[in-house]
Amino acid sequence: MIPAAIVCFYLAIVLYIGVFAFRRARGKEQAEDYFLANRSLGPFVFLMSLFGTNMTAFAILGSSGHAFSNGIVTYGLMASSSSLVIPLTLFLVGTRLWALGKKHGFMTPVQMFRDRWECSHIGTVIFAVQATLLVPYIIIGVMGGGTTLAAVSGGRVPFWLGGAIVALVVMSYVFFGGMRGTAWVNTFQTVLFLCFGAVAVAVIAAGMGGFRSAAAALLASPATAPLLSRERVLPYYFLSYTFIPLSSIAFPHIAIFCLTARHMAQFKKTVIFYPLCIMAIWLPCVFLGVMANRADEVPGIQQKLEARRTLTTQGATLTPAQRLELREQSAGDDVLLLLLERYAPTWLAGLLGAGIMAAVMASDSQILALSTMFTEDVFAHYGGKLRFAEAVQVHTGRLFVVLLTVFAYLMALQAPESIFELAIQYAFTGFAALSPLLIAALFWRGSTKWGALAATLWVAAAVAAVAVFQQLVPAPPPGPPRVVYAAGGLELLARTAGGTSALGFMPVVPMTLISALLMFVVSRLTPKPSPTTIARYFSANA
Amino acid sequence: MKRGLLTLAVAALYVLHQDIWFWRTARPLVFGFLPIGLVYHVGFSVAAAGLMWLLVTHAWPARLEHDADRDPKSRAR
Repeated sequence: MIPAAIVCFYLAIVLYIGVFAFRRARGKEQAEDYFLANRSLGPFVFLMSLFGTNMTAFAILGSSGHAFSNGIVTYGLMASSSSLVIPLTLFLVGTRLWALGKKHGFMTPVQMFRDRWECSHIGTVIFAVQATLLVPYIIIGVMGGGTTLAAVSGGRVPFWLGGAIVALVVMSYVFFGGMRGTAWVNTFQTVLFLCFGAVAVAVIAAGMGGFRSAAAALLASPATAPLLSRERVLPYYFLSYTFIPLSSIAFPHIAIFCLTARHMAQFKKTVIFYPLCIMAIWLPCVFLGVMANRADEVPGIQQKLEARRTLTTQGATLTPAQRLELREQSAGDDVLLLLLERYAPTWLAGLLGAGIMAAVMASDSQILALSTMFTEDVFAHYGGKLRFAEAVQVHTGRLFVVLLTVFAYLMALQAPESIFELAIQYAFTGFAALSPLLIAALFWRGSTKWGALAATLWVAAAVAAVAVFQQLVPAPPPGPPRVVYAAGGLELLARTAGGTSALGFMPVVPMTLISALLMFVVSRLTPKPSPTTIARYFSANA
Repeated sequence: MKRGLLTLAVAALYVLHQDIWFWRTARPLVFGFLPIGLVYHVGFSVAAAGLMWLLVTHAWPARLEHDADRDPKSRAR
């Protein structure tokens, strides 16, 4: 129980930071202060908290779990593509959002869309789609919290209780501290989990007797050698993943975070150091995930390897339900924790567990963002601000934080899929396909609200279609995909073991390209906003 | 000219992400345990940081900040 006690101590510190931020802001019950920390974050807090906001359970537990099953390809799929695309979008889009937010007082992307395209209800449609896509991402945090606490306590804290504790702590510091508390907590957490990686690698390497022998043994076995290369992954699939990081800037919590910097110059260090921060987190997680395949003396990992072997050798003869059960048993979301439990001293496992907890609790920013969006894009937009004092907006935002956290917790108890799949398939894909909206609004004078509506509806329909398709067509056993629709010798639509493929690409590729095409074609055919509005956006930015 | 070169550099790095030359091999193992395909992509991350430094140094959109500071919070919403 010592690791669990250390993690609980860590949670208490985090809670105190939120309360401290609340006391600091007492008397300033203004929406801009609660939701945006009064646009006053300094350079270090801005870099650390923006990075921490992007690093969720998905980055720590999901990446090591994906690497456990798929090998080193995980780093190339998500980390290295993110290290180019995310800072680039911060440089091009984030700086413009900051400038427009400061100039016009925007607090959410939808406020900017409404003003830029002279629309009201279309903005509400965009809000609804963004909110629907963001909820799974919030659920990931709760699930990660439950998984982590269960693992570091050796199963004494069950998943449902661990998830409840994490949800309660996150809800409390977001409720009290708003953006300032969230940013401070994120900064503390980011520093903690940046330290975590190096220590975890050193401890586990020592426990396993060094990585050289483990790497040699993995290479010597035909079953595990492919984990050290990318031979099991098709180039189209690999290319598809470079579209996923486009989701980052389209996520409302990241776009809103861009508005919190005190000066635009604070983006400079963030843009430059972002790729290095990604490397510092993902390299140890991915590498340890791969090495876990040699840790078969750890009972939990041995069970996963056996489930994977059964799935590979007998998968074709099993029912879809049996395959799903084996897939869940072989999922590696907790391998990092199992390695720490086996190889780290008890007290150190607790500290490292707290480091992992720091990452999985990144759902705070999403909860706050959704609360900001509801308060500003719905409550204030449809008259709440006129009828009630500004303090009421803050109270509304806080109430929404509570309701949303409870909802996310209840959903997390029901969600059956692994953290990684859930995140990728719905939230990341949908937001990547929404990125043409931001790019068109900021860089193309000719974009219109009807183009934005067409792209948004397309994204909503496509995400729903993928979800329905994957429910109706069970995942095949590991190996070649099940072709569902082919024409002219081309595999147009197929069900893979991990999801869906269209012409060999992940759904994110056609979804994003068609979204951009709809934005372009429909905008060309429909009337543009007034010249006055366009001039306000492009006079200095052209 | 400078902007064109920087755009070209971004495009080139994006293409270099698709490293088909290390696709099917793990060897050589750098330091005896890091597969070459993983080391390549770690190097890609470092190169991305270098490229971002070039962008920030040579293509920083300073006029956006001047514009926002000159006319803060005109509050169109």
